[in-house]
Amino acid sequence: MADTTPVLEIDHVSLRFGGIKALTDVQFDVRPRELFSIIGPNGAGKTSMLNCISGRYKPTEGRVVFKGQDITGRSPNDRASLGIGRTFQNLALFGHMSVLDNIMVGRHHLLKNNFITGALYWIGGAQKEELEHRRKVEDIIDFLEIQHVRKAMAGTLSYGLRKRVELARAMAIEPDLILLDEPMAGMNLEEKEDMARFIVDLNEEWGMTVVMIEHDMGVVMDISHRVMVLDFGKQIAIGLPEDVRANDHVKKAYLGEEDEFIEALERETGDLKEDA
Amino acid sequence: MATAMARPCGEFETNYRGDQRVFPSRGSAFWVVGSIVILALLPLGLPALLGAGNVALGVIASSAVMIAALYVLKIYFGVTMGNVLAIAIPGAALFAMQPDGLTPYWTDQLILIGCYGVAALGLNILVGFTGQISLGHAAFFGFGAFASAYLSNNHGIPVVLSIPLAGAMTTLVGMIVGIPAARIKGLYLAIATLASQFILFDFFNRAEWFTGGSAGSLAESFTLFGWYLGSADRYIYVVLFWVVVMYLLATNLMRSRDGRALVALRDHYLSAEIMGINLTKYRVLSFGISSFYAGIGGALYGHYLGYVSVESFDILLSIQFLGMIIIGGLGSIAGSLMGTGFMLMLPEAMETVVSVAGSMGLADTTALITALAFLKEMAIGLAIVLFLIFEPDGLAHRWQLIKAYWKLYPFSY
Repeated sequence: MADTTPVLEIDHVSLRFGGIKALTDVQFDVRPRELFSIIGPNGAGKTSMLNCISGRYKPTEGRVVFKGQDITGRSPNDRASLGIGRTFQNLALFGHMSVLDNIMVGRHHLLKNNFITGALYWIGGAQKEELEHRRKVEDIIDFLEIQHVRKAMAGTLSYGLRKRVELARAMAIEPDLILLDEPMAGMNLEEKEDMARFIVDLNEEWGMTVVMIEHDMGVVMDISHRVMVLDFGKQIAIGLPEDVRANDHVKKAYLGEEDEFIEALERETGDLKEDA
Repeated sequence: MATAMARPCGEFETNYRGDQRVFPSRGSAFWVVGSIVILALLPLGLPALLGAGNVALGVIASSAVMIAALYVLKIYFGVTMGNVLAIAIPGAALFAMQPDGLTPYWTDQLILIGCYGVAALGLNILVGFTGQISLGHAAFFGFGAFASAYLSNNHGIPVVLSIPLAGAMTTLVGMIVGIPAARIKGLYLAIATLASQFILFDFFNRAEWFTGGSAGSLAESFTLFGWYLGSADRYIYVVLFWVVVMYLLATNLMRSRDGRALVALRDHYLSAEIMGINLTKYRVLSFGISSFYAGIGGALYGHYLGYVSVESFDILLSIQFLGMIIIGGLGSIAGSLMGTGFMLMLPEAMETVVSVAGSMGLADTTALITALAFLKEMAIGLAIVLFLIFEPDGLAHRWQLIKAYWKLYPFSY
């Protein structure tokens, strides 16, 4: 990992919903071409963190800096063209569109035609553009091995395939930073292995910086460059996988053993947790 | 009949251009274009013209003309002769049935289906593709009719131009109405559009400078460079032209960037936003496009009747438009036209049934005819309910099933 300016800087971000503290003073940065994982028990604020980066939520305090540019106030739809893509924890495909169209939607910000040139299609270059981008989409389809479901309705696919199509759609944005929210949840071992390979290739071959939330510790510790642990909205550890694994607080947060640090956190946040 | 169209494994394309055609297969392209050709030949009354009094001779001569036209298409689309015959035989039957050209009744029906069909497609773009419900479509339809009449009467703009201009004006009005749509969804949006229906309806009644008030306004006949096209048997070509153009534009729209954005918005607006789609922009845009279609449809309707009056554009018509797209199939372009045809033909079909029942002495005709007005309304309601229960995907889906059955027989898939 060449240590240059970070792709993403999370600068003392806090997020509150009324009295609920979803995130408290979280600070980390993600370096170019890094595979960065966020782990933590349910309700720890992992997805809230991702939502702050992708623009779903606006942090109550702090800044989100992407490639040296403060994007805290930018709308979610702006961020695709800035170079942030993401997948969702609960599948969020366009169910009545074909897989091909789903992926093409990911290229929305790269396409230039509007409703007038699009409607004229043959005149004004819409067809040419569609075909050029179709080629790019096919590269992604080849990479993720979903050729056989190209024309299928996304809503009819199996869970594992849908996750893959969702990854394809996020890749079609051609992002510099891709946010993956539990890409392996609910998959069997074989599908998990495939997905882990795709993520590593995504990072190494396609050169994308990856921020991933995942519960499968085996995968996380295997493929991540760095890991951050959240609990009760606070950052309890960050560092190399082996360091995080050795961290006492982390062990206890996961094993549920008594730990004064964790208990103090719990008292501060109250029992209410948020993990949207 | 092992035609290219009936090849069970489908047609495979070797390049992306071929894979992204308007029609899924060459067979279906041929059938649609062929049907349009036959439809265009029918009102000419070729059999009477060519046969010079002899109907049988006329039918044969005009069928020959039709088959020649279809043969050119066959070469272009590369389909088998079986396809040509399959479409030419019903075509010849139609020539035999209507040798003097389409009867005024059928011409009238087809023109109305065309006018309403364009507007229904607009509503389908809004409701079916974007998922924004609207109860005010009739008001936009009316606005288009009045705007076109106003432009041609008061500003001397020829009707050819006033129709698209009316569409553009209606787009503006639709986008203004669509602004609240950026904020509200579902039932609330339905009520907001209902309000716009009543506001526009009231506007039509009061704005005498624009609509002629409750008296209505006259709409000029269609002429093209001094060539009179106002009579029904000529105006049908004007309508046919617009229907083809508008349906083609919609098809293209839905397979390019902004059309996909609309569907994405409907299916999952949160992830659409993450994909870089500006929700507000596309919700308002959808209202604009839908109003454009309503405006064009309304303008065609106005210039056909020659007289535009307020009463025709009430809430009932809005509901009927919704009925058309539900029956035809929400989110289906071809379905919009099928649903319109169904809705307009249903009362006529009932009338035929009643008169047949009467002539066969099965029923008391006079009593039935008095009841018919109510029966028509009920039949439309019943049709919508039955479709919602048995075929929620509409006629377009049913048509797909029939085609699949035909192609795959004797297998089921």
